Amino acid sequence: MGFIQTWLPYILAGVAVGGQYALIAIGYTMVYGILRLINFAHGDVFMWSGLIMVYLITILPLWLSVILVIIFAIVLGTTIEKVAYRPLRSAPRMSIMISAIGVSYLLQNFALYITGGLTKTYPTIGWLQRTVSIGSATTKMVTLVTPVLTIVLVFLLVMLIKHTKIGMAMRAVSRDFETSSLMGIDIDRVITVTFVIGCALAAIGSILYFSNYTGIQPMSGAMPGLKAFVAAVFGGIGSVPGAVVGAFVIGVAENLIKGIGWTNFSDAFTFVLLIIILMVKPTGLFGEKNIDKV
Amino acid sequence: MKKFLALMLTLVLVMMSLAACGGGSGSDSGSGDTIKIGVFEPASGDNGAGGKQETLGIQYANEVQPTVEIGGKEYNVELAIVDNESDNSKAVTAAQDLVSKGVSIVLGSYGSAVSIAAADVFADAGMPAIGVTCTNPQVTADCEQYFRICFLDPFQGTVLANYAWENGMKKAYCLSKQGDDYSKGLVNYFIEAFKKLGGEVVEEQFPDKNSDFTSYVANAKKNGCDVFFSPVSTEAAALIIDQAEAQSLGMPILAGDTWDSNVITGAAKGKNVEIVVTTFYQEGGNPEFDSGIKEWMENNADAKTNNGGNTDLAAVTAMGYDAYFVALEAMKAAGSTDPADILAALPELNATGLVCGDVTFNEVGDANKTTAFVKKCNNETGAWEFVKEQAAE
Repeated sequence: MGFIQTWLPYILAGVAVGGQYALIAIGYTMVYGILRLINFAHGDVFMWSGLIMVYLITILPLWLSVILVIIFAIVLGTTIEKVAYRPLRSAPRMSIMISAIGVSYLLQNFALYITGGLTKTYPTIGWLQRTVSIGSATTKMVTLVTPVLTIVLVFLLVMLIKHTKIGMAMRAVSRDFETSSLMGIDIDRVITVTFVIGCALAAIGSILYFSNYTGIQPMSGAMPGLKAFVAAVFGGIGSVPGAVVGAFVIGVAENLIKGIGWTNFSDAFTFVLLIIILMVKPTGLFGEKNIDKV
Repeated sequence: MKKFLALMLTLVLVMMSLAACGGGSGSDSGSGDTIKIGVFEPASGDNGAGGKQETLGIQYANEVQPTVEIGGKEYNVELAIVDNESDNSKAVTAAQDLVSKGVSIVLGSYGSAVSIAAADVFADAGMPAIGVTCTNPQVTADCEQYFRICFLDPFQGTVLANYAWENGMKKAYCLSKQGDDYSKGLVNYFIEAFKKLGGEVVEEQFPDKNSDFTSYVANAKKNGCDVFFSPVSTEAAALIIDQAEAQSLGMPILAGDTWDSNVITGAAKGKNVEIVVTTFYQEGGNPEFDSGIKEWMENNADAKTNNGGNTDLAAVTAMGYDAYFVALEAMKAAGSTDPADILAALPELNATGLVCGDVTFNEVGDANKTTAFVKKCNNETGAWEFVKEQAAE
């Protein structure tokens, strides 16, 4: 009992941040599954969703802002795909990767220009930021909401991939890009849907993440984006459940390490984990061939 | 066609960069009766908010006193402002930029780390620099060109430790940022002084770009500390305050001069968090200055935005104001606009009539200051309340 009392705050924080990483990681893993592209700009779409929320909430009611933020993220993500990735689809993979890095820096610097480099404070979303006590731990409501919401969303996503026509198309494209286009699958549509889903989840993730850690600045997307990417690799890039499991593992482990007192090593841990996984099991936890990849 | 396009784009880029160079040298040649003061401050990055506030004080002072008489000749004072981006490598480039712009003296920076990083550039150029609120001893210790008008971290750390001990706090949780000379230095001096008094200390650090302070707050609670000492940047501070509220920290948060900012009061407003800081200037210390600068910010939309959207006065702004006048005094004393002459005049300078108290320099180049103001945040009004004046001994 004493053990749980001591560690409960860390585990709660870890599960919450893990859920938020998971929502970002899905975007990485799905895009990789289909395009074999690491979409470096994804973390910045996440940051921009947060930033737009800051501006929208000053003129619009909350529910409308939330909807508009999600729409904004989708529009931004699909525009990036159309402008920066689609023309390069037949180019070597390295070119498209560099294009992604370029977009990432463009988004960061544009945010720097808009905000003037100052940290913006995320708006208070009523009950999400209310303080609640569970046993020995006191935390924000969002900590409890995040894992539940994440799991519900992932469940819906897996259902979509398994049981709908577009889901089947996505699985086909991720298995074999050329053959599926020969079979009459509209590749452009499948890719657009992938970006729509990934960006919508990143927007939801940004609402949860920034409700908990309320400062947004142009580099805010970099660290969560990087960790979500590690989570995606850890779980086996291309696999949705893998990314979610990876994200929760990283979130919890990171906070437990801080709890032991090794605060200096919490970030190092994440990246050491990445190296070990790549050495021991290059395909990640769930990255085996016979698993459906999207 | 594609090749032609690529060629055109390249040409446009080259032309643009040439045009930019041309503009720069053009403005340099027109400095007949103007003297330039370099402002070396962060306008973005971790310390962007504080740097902007410090710059505001300098700009206001320039507004109040736009000319200076040196050796019987009237000069217009022009500010050359650069952004060091709160980044040690960018700081060097920004400092070189100032030197090449031909400034006579440099003011800044907010944040000790960037000042230490740029010290070599100023030393090589023989450029006098006046640190405004950089409190780390190293800024002036290794650099003869660097002077400063604020108190130092060993002093501030002792003051804070004394305050904590006198208020019955026996165990302190100290949090600093990895690789940040300011917070690490201040934490070390605090620990040294606090242990000497008989206190117990738990020390931790967080990495760059970290925004998750949940576990640090939880660690402070787990270790049963009486006070949370975290003299970190205001960006991190807002997040710490937020987490402290979320997890009901239940102990006061103590910090240094950096936290004397409306970013902090804004973050703490309406929250159940006790915040105590030491600082350079107490609002109300000079009513004329207070009302003047507030009116200026009210009538100047840019200034108000840079101050965080309101006209609350930060101590660093008052210090920036003072620094400008110290620079003018130094030029008058030197009777020349040449950096070398100004440098020679600085050690003997006695600047009076400033808002944060008179300034004289000791042999290292630091201002002789003996007291700091202790302030506490009122969580209902979101304003600072004066607690006491605290000396080191």
